[in-house]
Amino acid sequence: MRKLIFMDDFIAARAQMALSLGFHIIFACVGMVMPFLMAFAHWKYLKTGNKIYKGLTKAWSKGVAILFATGAVSGTMLSFELGLLWPGFMKHAGPIFGMPFSLEGTAFFIEAIAIGFFLYGWDKFNKWFHWFCGFLIGLSGLASGILVVAANAWMNSPSGFDYINGKYVNIDPIKAMFNDAWFPQALHMTVAAFCATGFAVAGVHAYLIMRKKNVEFHTKAFRIAAAFALIGAFGAPLSGDVAAKSVAKRQPIKLAAMEAHFETEKGAAFVLGGIPDEEKGDINYAIKIPKVLSFLVSNDFNAEVKGLNDFPRDEWPPVSVVHYSFQIMIFFGVIMICIGSLYLYTFFFKKQWLTKNWFLKTFFFATPFGYIALEAGWTVTEVGRQPWIIYGIMRTADAVTPMPGIQYSFYFFTAIFISLSLIIIFLLRRQIQMVPKLYDPTDEQFNFKNKKS
Amino acid sequence: MIYVVIGFLWLSVCLYLILGGADFGAGIVELMTKKKNRKYTEKIMYESIAPVWEANHMWLVIAIVILFVGFPEIYTTMSTYLHIPLVLMLLGIIARGTAFTFRHYDAVKDDWQIIYTQIFYYASLLTPFFLGLIGAATVSQSINPDATTFLDLYIFSWLNWFGVSVGFFVVALCAYLASIFSLRETNDRLELNLMIKKSHQTMIFVVITGILVFATAYFSGIPLVKWVFSKPLGVMAVTFATVALGLILKAMNNKKLLPVRALAGFQMIMILVAATYQHNPDIILLGNGEHLSLLKHIAAPKTITALGWALMLGSLFILPFLFYLMFSFTKASKKLD
Repeated sequence: MRKLIFMDDFIAARAQMALSLGFHIIFACVGMVMPFLMAFAHWKYLKTGNKIYKGLTKAWSKGVAILFATGAVSGTMLSFELGLLWPGFMKHAGPIFGMPFSLEGTAFFIEAIAIGFFLYGWDKFNKWFHWFCGFLIGLSGLASGILVVAANAWMNSPSGFDYINGKYVNIDPIKAMFNDAWFPQALHMTVAAFCATGFAVAGVHAYLIMRKKNVEFHTKAFRIAAAFALIGAFGAPLSGDVAAKSVAKRQPIKLAAMEAHFETEKGAAFVLGGIPDEEKGDINYAIKIPKVLSFLVSNDFNAEVKGLNDFPRDEWPPVSVVHYSFQIMIFFGVIMICIGSLYLYTFFFKKQWLTKNWFLKTFFFATPFGYIALEAGWTVTEVGRQPWIIYGIMRTADAVTPMPGIQYSFYFFTAIFISLSLIIIFLLRRQIQMVPKLYDPTDEQFNFKNKKS
Repeated sequence: MIYVVIGFLWLSVCLYLILGGADFGAGIVELMTKKKNRKYTEKIMYESIAPVWEANHMWLVIAIVILFVGFPEIYTTMSTYLHIPLVLMLLGIIARGTAFTFRHYDAVKDDWQIIYTQIFYYASLLTPFFLGLIGAATVSQSINPDATTFLDLYIFSWLNWFGVSVGFFVVALCAYLASIFSLRETNDRLELNLMIKKSHQTMIFVVITGILVFATAYFSGIPLVKWVFSKPLGVMAVTFATVALGLILKAMNNKKLLPVRALAGFQMIMILVAATYQHNPDIILLGNGEHLSLLKHIAAPKTITALGWALMLGSLFILPFLFYLMFSFTKASKKLD
């Protein structure tokens, strides 16, 4: 019983890190994509002069402000947590993989400045300078995201140093930044961010259209968001293919865990679902599509795919977690592609469906799908790298802080994250409730005096 | 190149103390104002920090990144032995940043405002206090990696009277900076007089806590007096800071507000010089007699070179853009509109 209540320090540190990253990533993605939605609406306003677009830009910019502030503080926190929880790792890795972080500092800084200009700069600056600041928030957010992913990629694909007799020598931080995994990971992550944010925003506005209030306002919002969601939904499988091929080459054991693929074989089957049995080295109740896994990783139906049994047992990642997460990601990815196709079909051939309840409901249900897939995908990447913190070089257990009592820190941060999440949901709800009064100029309750920008 | 990196580290700590500090001070000043005047201080403070607060806090992120890329051993020593105060400081940063944003962006203004405001106040106190405490711990030889018990390793590494007084001193400095900086954001004579009064009060607070720092240092056997006054640079810094104080009082009487701001910023730089130059380049003095040095405990040469270039290029983008932002939202430029 005592064991149940008190986790050990190592598990607590991992749990806290996972929670912090999982929390931060939501806001990071919003910061990467939402400004583009906002800048697009703003551009429409500047071109057409339609006040609804202006209201929409402002409404979204409030969302960006709330979520960016949360992302900024949770990001600041992470830069400390790396050292608080993993000093053994940072002591050696900091100088090697730190390059993208120092560039990210610049990008993040520019983002914070641009957001100041944009939020407080209405009617104060040249309108295109003001527009550009909005766009710049997105651009620098995107750059930050890519740089941080490059740092993470280094942990999966360490390079830019030689590891000789337990020492890290010949350090080259530029080489480390452009490691083999950075491009596939960054590409897949960028696309996934568009997918997740696009679906989330589209879903919220779809719900509000169904409520039959401010329909024109929300329809415009819905269409912009859905267009961005489509980029993500269709881009995800393509970038995912690039990512999977790269994983197969660099981290065959991770790929094997993703697919719960135990025996090395030629013409390996692609496994869908199923319950892996790590003891027996088998998977039950799975759907197997013959030869497809081989084809996916190397464009050859008969290629050999390495199985988990080829690796020492103490280098296996937790197979079930990685496998289930991968399945969840694929499942929601496929559903989002279907919804995306439905949207395209409707848009070109069946315009009348756009206002139908079942159509909007579909999007409403899909609100969290992108984020579920995103979190599941990151679980695959991070848990799939275990037991290593630097793949093949340093074990996670050797990196953890010597300070005992990390479980209390974990409880403490969990409480913070839960309360922050609740407040943010509450705040966004209140923003949405105020749309008629504050943001939609065609609404009869709209009153410019309500507004302080 | 290492000097470029150290220069940027010092610059970002300094700017964080001045800009971020004024920002925290805004919450402290509001908290220290009598209820009936709070609506004024809230408005003045809000106008002076709203568009720039997020940018102000980036300096901390820059400093941390420089530490962990360029000086990993220093970073990990601090994050291991000062784990607890760092977490508490983080709590302050999270609570304050979010409460400030939520207070402004909550679309409905109701009783929730009281909760946001209370969190904003107390978090504004918490962060600079622990920042001071952490700064004090690096030089008070309280961090001892050779210790064996949990208390000695992770608690008494930072918990001592000297640290607590430095914490209060930093809180006082923040409040002082905020009230001085806000003078130029006031709209009329009434507001101006209110803030001048605040500036006087916080000035006294700075002097008292400053004396407290020296007293606790003396009783804890930390040779602070010797550190600060044994070399000409220290004596000069302290003299300049004192002279600046007199000039500030005079300029404030004459309602010359721009020089007041500049002088207060200058004072902070002098205080930081006095506090850091003495054991430079040793940045952490450990309890086992060893030192961590900015010149010795550094990353590989290629990393330092790359980091230096990244910082210089970054500042080319950041600084002009940042100054334009700050200039655009000062009261003076608003009046031009």
